[in-house]
Amino acid sequence: MGTVESLTLFLPELVLSGAVLAVILLDIAIPGRDRGGSIVPGVASLVAAVAALILTTGLPAAGIPGLATGTAPTWLFGRMLVLDGFSLFFKVLLGLSLVAVVWMSLHSREVRGRPNEGEYYTLLVSSGLGMFLMAGAANLLMAYLALEFVSLTSYVLTGFLRHNRRSGEAALKYLIYGGVASGAMIYGMSWIFGLTGAMDYAGIARGVGTLDPASRPALFLALVLVLTGFGYKISMVPFHMWAPDVYTGAPIPVTAFLAVGSKAAGFAMLLRFFHFGVAPGEAAAALGRLPLVELGSLLCVATMTLGNLAALSQTNLKRLLAYSSIAHAGYALLGFVVFAAAGVQAVLFYLAVYYTMNLGAFWVVMLVANATGREDIDGYRGLAWRGGALAAVALAVFLFSLAGLPPLAGFLGKFYVFAAGVEGRLYALVVIGLLNSVVSLYYYARIVKVMFLDRPEPTDPPMHFRLVGDLGVVGVLAVANLVLILRFDWLLDLVQTAGRVFMG
Amino acid sequence: MGLLSLMIFVPLFGMAVILCLPSRAHGAIRWTAVAATVPPLLYSLRLLAAFKPSETGFQFVERASWIPPFGIEYYVGIDGLSITMVLLTALLCFLCMFASFGITTGVKGYFALFLMLDTGMMGVFCALDFFLFFVFWEMMLLPMYFLIGVWGGPRREYAAIKFFLYTLLGSVLLLVSILYFYFAAEPHTFDMTVLGDKLRGVVPLQVQVLIWVALFVGFAIKIPAFPFHTWLPDAHVEAPTAISVILAGVLLKMGTYGILRINYGVLPEATLAPFWGGQSVAFWLLAALGTVNIVYGAMCAMAQTDLKKLVAYSSISHMGYVMLGMSAFTDQGINGAVLQMFNHGTITAMLFLLVGVIYDRAHHRNIDGFGGLASILPVYTGVTGLAFFAAMGLPGLSAFISEVLVLLGAWQAYPALTVVAASAVILTAGYMLWALQRVYLGPPNEKYRMLPDMSGRELFTLIPLGAIVIFLGIYPRPILDLQSPALLRLNQRVRAAAPSPAPDLIAAGEKH
Repeated sequence: MGTVESLTLFLPELVLSGAVLAVILLDIAIPGRDRGGSIVPGVASLVAAVAALILTTGLPAAGIPGLATGTAPTWLFGRMLVLDGFSLFFKVLLGLSLVAVVWMSLHSREVRGRPNEGEYYTLLVSSGLGMFLMAGAANLLMAYLALEFVSLTSYVLTGFLRHNRRSGEAALKYLIYGGVASGAMIYGMSWIFGLTGAMDYAGIARGVGTLDPASRPALFLALVLVLTGFGYKISMVPFHMWAPDVYTGAPIPVTAFLAVGSKAAGFAMLLRFFHFGVAPGEAAAALGRLPLVELGSLLCVATMTLGNLAALSQTNLKRLLAYSSIAHAGYALLGFVVFAAAGVQAVLFYLAVYYTMNLGAFWVVMLVANATGREDIDGYRGLAWRGGALAAVALAVFLFSLAGLPPLAGFLGKFYVFAAGVEGRLYALVVIGLLNSVVSLYYYARIVKVMFLDRPEPTDPPMHFRLVGDLGVVGVLAVANLVLILRFDWLLDLVQTAGRVFMG
Repeated sequence: MGLLSLMIFVPLFGMAVILCLPSRAHGAIRWTAVAATVPPLLYSLRLLAAFKPSETGFQFVERASWIPPFGIEYYVGIDGLSITMVLLTALLCFLCMFASFGITTGVKGYFALFLMLDTGMMGVFCALDFFLFFVFWEMMLLPMYFLIGVWGGPRREYAAIKFFLYTLLGSVLLLVSILYFYFAAEPHTFDMTVLGDKLRGVVPLQVQVLIWVALFVGFAIKIPAFPFHTWLPDAHVEAPTAISVILAGVLLKMGTYGILRINYGVLPEATLAPFWGGQSVAFWLLAALGTVNIVYGAMCAMAQTDLKKLVAYSSISHMGYVMLGMSAFTDQGINGAVLQMFNHGTITAMLFLLVGVIYDRAHHRNIDGFGGLASILPVYTGVTGLAFFAAMGLPGLSAFISEVLVLLGAWQAYPALTVVAASAVILTAGYMLWALQRVYLGPPNEKYRMLPDMSGRELFTLIPLGAIVIFLGIYPRPILDLQSPALLRLNQRVRAAAPSPAPDLIAAGEKH
């Protein structure tokens, strides 16, 4: 499609772009902004995020052939972006993340009332916009720009707590690691362009299919380099080193956004590039000769094992969740390594479930930090016995869901991923993954132990959370985790539609 | 909703009601919990009346599509193998609610979790869809973790996490096997009742044996079979009384139930296929390990100074009989094994309840710290005597019947192991009588002169169990008639599927 026709299908992104500008202007226009405390930028961002989400869900009704059934892709802006069931799925997920994180920021003590609150929302919405672009990118140039856009805004968001040294250190580390990873990625992309002569994914797929067998090692090297950039975004070992520091240093809503949104967007790019860009048709046969499954398996095992083992000894809950999110990237990678539609669908399912449980966990972390200013596990001692029973129960639900225990939603996610692994005959990976979830139970249960089994000390302050104001969203997410098992065929249908683009 | 669904979900409904009650209303919470366990007990009596033992296949079947894209169904039903376990679960849960009235902290959480546990246990015995089975199987873990970890003894945290991790490790192997079954069957299915036929000839025998072993390890942790038993003494000793009863009375049976239902039912061919040294997995992992369980458990029990730990180790010993009996593939063996599952459930429940009674009064369980309780607590001593003699396998009490059947059955297949197992009866008598002597006989300990005898509530929990123990000791027919046809069919199925040349034990079994 040409530029003008594309614009109507680009409305969610346009709304977000408009919101970015509007928030900047509002921030300047509001009198006395230096004292902070205005909720206007936050509310405006929330309205924009909700609008973008609604517009995205409305796209299938726009009469585009193949979008609702997920069969045919629609190209936008001269094959820069693509709109199909896959990108739609991710845009809804990212829209939900953005809405939740903006809503969360409105409740966060770290964000509320800061003099530069307006800038915070500008950056947050920009980052969300970048993620939307990542979900739809179908061209190396677009992919790189979108990824960099998200990275740059994330660096600043991480360093938002300017007075806090941890926050500044985290931002710097994030920037340095990010610079290296994106440098490697663009180098790899230049090789791919050199080998295939194309920038858009469809062209690359054709180029790979007709590639001279002698150039295959070069292609492999280029793919590994590109994988560096994606791997960094999804915190895959060995490009995960930034995650613990950044997750610990950033304000909690930003951490949640990185864990839920940024990771999902990274997976969207990874899956699309490997399944859509370089693998379909005859390209798959050419690619089959490369040791991609072996490499992917190795990275998958390393990611989940290292994440889980490192999480065992953490004393800061945000840092623990950072390592846990590395481990979860590993589980999701298992679906990627299958290199089949079933695997892709499993990853999508996993990410959707991961959204509910991880966001919920961070939300409770924020509530406790708001009340006590503490993020270490000792700060949760006896939480259930000093007024925080409901929050403790909710956090227990999220943690056990992350551990993958039935009947919680996390179990369904793992079940689907491991089922895809068994179907793809990756038995060793599945067994390692399952053993990893046993290990993970230990550290999740440790937090639950501190909250329920340990009794509060006299020095621990009593807690009080408002039933709707504080615990409303947490409750919804916890209930979602509990009841998803009753009926999850609708979610299966969604991910199967979204994954269908890779079947052809 | 059918009968089985009601049995499974009424406790869960009770849990929801309890969660809505104010946490200070202890009385209301307790009686709601009791009320939630009454319907399953009454329904189980209806099952008993309406069950037709001679019918092949499953009864009281309920089937509904649940997750169509994966072919997952809500599929429940019972047969002769599971009916006694359902009865046992319903009975013990009802009695344990009364045994839990002594809980005074976090009452709401305790009873809510207990009812969730009840649902999980019922579900495991009724589920015929693998996915459903696994969900119920794992659903028991969470409440159990909290019940031990929050309301347990001094080392409760260690015991709770150890139980949790051990069991989860077992279920990991279970999950892999279930997924393998699903994808190996064409069309893909989680239906336990047809998987056995679908996999025959499709999955190579070596792979079948491998999965058999994986499943076995998963279930062996639950039984627990030596060397996977180390979580049991910790968990049983630290758990509150009622939870120990449930652990020993119901949860251990899930291990052997799983082997009978899944290993035998889905992989009959692998069960008797040569595994190592010309013998099958059934010989090495069930008969041999079962004998080790019997002897090792008894010897450990003899060395204990804590009465509750003694009972815990006696469970390991008694579960060994179940393993030995079911490994023989003779009519007496398998009948004895499943009867032993039921009998051990009732007897060990009595033992743990009785240990709880004395612990509530003396606040310790040291075997050498009592002495002469018989003259102070005559009623308590009488009931304890009955339970101890039943656990020893005294003729006229229920365990005698099942142990004799097991030994009779096993003799036909594994005479040498049977001699060892039968000799261990002396060890059992040894530790039981020795403990009895130290705690109840001799000069009364002045320190405990003022202890009150058993209360009405405590007696109420023990009398039904005692009555069953005596009744089944004299007249085991009702239970045997209920289970036998289904078990003999299972035996037949495994034997018929055994690859030729058939191992010797079958020829030996046929002679009798």
